[in-house]
Amino acid sequence: MNMLNIISEIEKRDPEVFEKISPRRKAMKEFANFGGKVALASIPFALGSMFKKAYGGPTDAITDVLQFALTLEYLEAEYYTTALAAPGLTATLTGAARGAIQTISAHETAHVAALKATLQALGTTPVAKPTFDFSAGSGPGGPGLGNGPLSGANSPFVNYAVFLAVAQTFEDTGVRAYKGQAGNLITNNDVLTAALQIHSVEARHASHIRQMRRATGLAVPAGVTVKPWITLNQSGVAAPFDAYVQSSYNGEEVTSQANVNIMTVGGNTFSAAAASEAFDEPLTKAEVLAIVDGFIV
Amino acid sequence: MPTQKSTDNQLELLTESPSTQVSRRKFLGYVGLSSALLATVATSCDKNDDNDGRVNLGSGDIGILNYAYALEQLEAAFYTKVISSLYSGITATEQAYLTDIRDHEVAHREFFKAALGSSAIPALEVNFSSIDFGNRASVLGAAKAFEDLGVAAYNGAGKLIVSPDYLLLAGKIVSVEARHAALIRDLISNGSFADNTVIDANGLDMQKAPSEVLAAAGTYIVTPINASNLPTS
Repeated sequence: MNMLNIISEIEKRDPEVFEKISPRRKAMKEFANFGGKVALASIPFALGSMFKKAYGGPTDAITDVLQFALTLEYLEAEYYTTALAAPGLTATLTGAARGAIQTISAHETAHVAALKATLQALGTTPVAKPTFDFSAGSGPGGPGLGNGPLSGANSPFVNYAVFLAVAQTFEDTGVRAYKGQAGNLITNNDVLTAALQIHSVEARHASHIRQMRRATGLAVPAGVTVKPWITLNQSGVAAPFDAYVQSSYNGEEVTSQANVNIMTVGGNTFSAAAASEAFDEPLTKAEVLAIVDGFIV
Repeated sequence: MPTQKSTDNQLELLTESPSTQVSRRKFLGYVGLSSALLATVATSCDKNDDNDGRVNLGSGDIGILNYAYALEQLEAAFYTKVISSLYSGITATEQAYLTDIRDHEVAHREFFKAALGSSAIPALEVNFSSIDFGNRASVLGAAKAFEDLGVAAYNGAGKLIVSPDYLLLAGKIVSVEARHAALIRDLISNGSFADNTVIDANGLDMQKAPSEVLAAAGTYIVTPINASNLPTS
């Protein structure tokens, strides 16, 4: 952990830092002796809380990333909460499938709470939950709330095939979004680690939903096998819904990493499909916001 | 080929907090070196081979990349053996999945080797004698352990990386490992892809420090590894 380094850096600029947080000195000392035994998630919360008490204001651009992540988690959490309560899915989202979605839903709701708590601990007011439009009708030039292409019989809360396709897209997009922000968190070890811990959970979710889609075969194009990992830039989603999710998969077809051609690396021969599957690709914040734009009023 | 005893000593060492004077003294004690050799040991830190035959992962970002390379070597060797000696009763779907995973892990291993170039550690010797490759439960149980460990390892190593480019590369791999982990878990028990044995109440996956990961992986890695120069923050 570089927490003590952080504090010592602050001390260079503000020699009174230890006096300012003096009521918490004991806690600081305990932090120094922590080792790996305490749940990591609690550390950024508590650390942020100490700085907030000492300085009162927002810390730095780290919070921008956290606000962005919170917006995506709000989207996912509301999506699953709505689906689990939707009368239109009671006949289709059943048994093990419903259990899996309940597991995923609980994680997304926990992510919302964790990100809000982290932001608050850093002295920043979390962004409010937007109004979501799961018909994908909002955003500039859209037909408006509830009138998008995923409405009526194509609503994800009526049509189980659409529900799974959109869920897969949200999870795969979430993985790419967190990946794209990791570099922006590199100065804060604790927030970076927590973000990575969310990132891999989203990937586990994506893997399972892809298995659900494979098992049901719903809205899967003929001749396509949906795998737990992303093959080239294939969404594995059939027309007409593929058009609404393709931008989440563009750029995943990369077969070269850090100037190393994965298809021929080390004397092996891999197909482009395998080479692309072995590495997931990031998305920028702007790319992610463009993807989810239609879902946010 | 090291004796079992010296391998055990390595594992004990790997659980020590690295790069402290205490552990260095302990290390010298274990291998019976006199303090007169301290300077020699210290100057050999950035080489791949210690004077005592241990593979030294190195320091800084290179050390972390070698650490990842070591884990990918383990996973690739495991799945290569899984595919060359398929367990009885394997389905076509399972074989296809495990073949894909083998390819991904070999690609990861070879990527690190190529990217590290002359800084890469040598090939590690592995020992899978505790795994019954003819038995589905044994193979999938080991696969689950390797995948969950890999996810926790990358999650814990992220903060140790200085270069944003290397951090991104690690990020590109860890999510694929998480996809593997979820699948393997579901093959064992459908719905266990992200159960509460790996995800905590905040919805966070596991993260582990290199010392903890290498101690667990040490069951299967015969070659002694010196991780004492890895960054710790």
